[in-house]
Amino acid sequence: MSLQLDQLGLVHPNGHRALQRVSLSLAAGARVAVIGPSGAGKTSLLRLAAASLRPSEGRIEALGANPWQLSAGGLKRLRARVGLIHQAPPIPPRLRVVTAVLAGRLGAWSLRRGLASLVYPADIVGARAVLARLDLSDRLFERCDRLSGGQLQRVGIARVLYQQPELLLADEPVSALDPALADLALSQLVAQSESSGATLVASLHAVDLALKWFPRIVGMRAGEVVFDAATASVTPQMLHDLYATEGAALPTQGVPLALPEATGNVVPLARPGCR
Amino acid sequence: MNAAVARAIERDPQALPRATALLVAVVVLWPMLVLAEFKPWALFEAGNLRVMRDFLVGFLPPVTSAEFLGLLLKATLQTLAMATAGIALALLLAVPLAFVMTESLSVSRIGPGRGRVLGRALRAAARWLLLALRAVPELVWALVLVRALGLGPGAGVLAIAITYGGMLGKVYAEILESSDTRPARALLEAGSGRVAALLYGLLPGAAQELASYTVYRWECAVRASVVMGFVGAGGLGQLMDQSMKMLNGGEASTILLMFLLLVLLADFLSASLRRLLA
Repeated sequence: MSLQLDQLGLVHPNGHRALQRVSLSLAAGARVAVIGPSGAGKTSLLRLAAASLRPSEGRIEALGANPWQLSAGGLKRLRARVGLIHQAPPIPPRLRVVTAVLAGRLGAWSLRRGLASLVYPADIVGARAVLARLDLSDRLFERCDRLSGGQLQRVGIARVLYQQPELLLADEPVSALDPALADLALSQLVAQSESSGATLVASLHAVDLALKWFPRIVGMRAGEVVFDAATASVTPQMLHDLYATEGAALPTQGVPLALPEATGNVVPLARPGCR
Repeated sequence: MNAAVARAIERDPQALPRATALLVAVVVLWPMLVLAEFKPWALFEAGNLRVMRDFLVGFLPPVTSAEFLGLLLKATLQTLAMATAGIALALLLAVPLAFVMTESLSVSRIGPGRGRVLGRALRAAARWLLLALRAVPELVWALVLVRALGLGPGAGVLAIAITYGGMLGKVYAEILESSDTRPARALLEAGSGRVAALLYGLLPGAAQELASYTVYRWECAVRASVVMGFVGAGGLGQLMDQSMKMLNGGEASTILLMFLLLVLLADFLSASLRRLLA
């Protein structure tokens, strides 16, 4: 199993419960989309899977190990094999794109290589190749504060693609992209999973994208898994029940599926600070 | 609900705490001013004004003889060398300690994971060490070190290194904490080491602030080295001490003009460094 969650619960230090009784089991190479209304616990789930949050209850196993039983060195090595694409790309504005992308492999590189790469980029060819997959290779030597929100989000994706993780996690990876680029970015995530055998888990606000790109859908609401099903067996009724609190229409990337009351549910282009 | 009722119900919950804080500040400040014998009006009493005027008139005109300017140049170079060497040594203390103390570079904090107690203890130890270093004023260090090393700039250099190491380390850690720490955390969460997370995640956002604070401290070190000159640590301060003792106001004002130039230089340096790092 690539990722195994067993009756997982998470209570934030402020007492807010983010997850309860979440059980999931993902074989190596599985591709799963996590959908659900905002506040459902999608980000918390991904952060638990990335070993950046510790569960309050239950057991987690990522890439064959319980992260919280590993030694400090073991946990560091495990984290280098897990890549998380953050919704707001955590990239300092002054960094150049090439440096931001190469930083993806800092977990695998020696300290000496990391330092040398600040003097002269260690792998310009590799960085350009991964940016080319996201139609961004011409911005290689730009500073990140010169990029638009959508371009920066693609740099964040490129960094994790460059990391070549075995467990590829993506938190709303296309929230700032237009429909065409969102399709491109998701196709590249899927391609990475296919070529490297990495397990892919992506949370998505746009239901149509989830149905289009993923063979398996996990629906979450109020910190719990509501359904976990093959895409073919997901019915419109299941989706409408999932988003019942957000009105009649399903949130989608392109044209809303149901027109009445859709205005409040169209995916906003960028939602900074929303995690 | 009419507008008046709405106004009565809708209140800023912060208003009362803010007003209380202001009141407390005034209540605390007043006895301090009394204790500090703060009586600005004494400045403007006729007798005091005359005394100050006579003192200041003695400073004019500045001395510009070639012999004195030669002495001044030598003393200036000595002061600059003292401040620069002192700051360089201070960096050797401050950088590693700030690196240890910066909480956003803590790996064990994420989770939290293994070793967080040890991590917290190390950070506390670094904090206390920095505190001890800067608690003793550099003048006191200089007085002690002059006895050990003899008269001359060597004592001043060490005194600056110790005190300024403490100040720089504390403020470096605080600058790093107050910049955007999410990039560094994201790198640590992807298995990167602490040094790499500092260089790729924190420094790009904080380099400007760090550089301008360092240059500002260098400027302070120039002034501090002058004060230490009075206790025999060489440089402009020693020259100033001699001029004052000989009641030679002209020389003193030339020295003061040199201070002005040095501070201008520091300002220029800081501005160009910030531009370079922008």
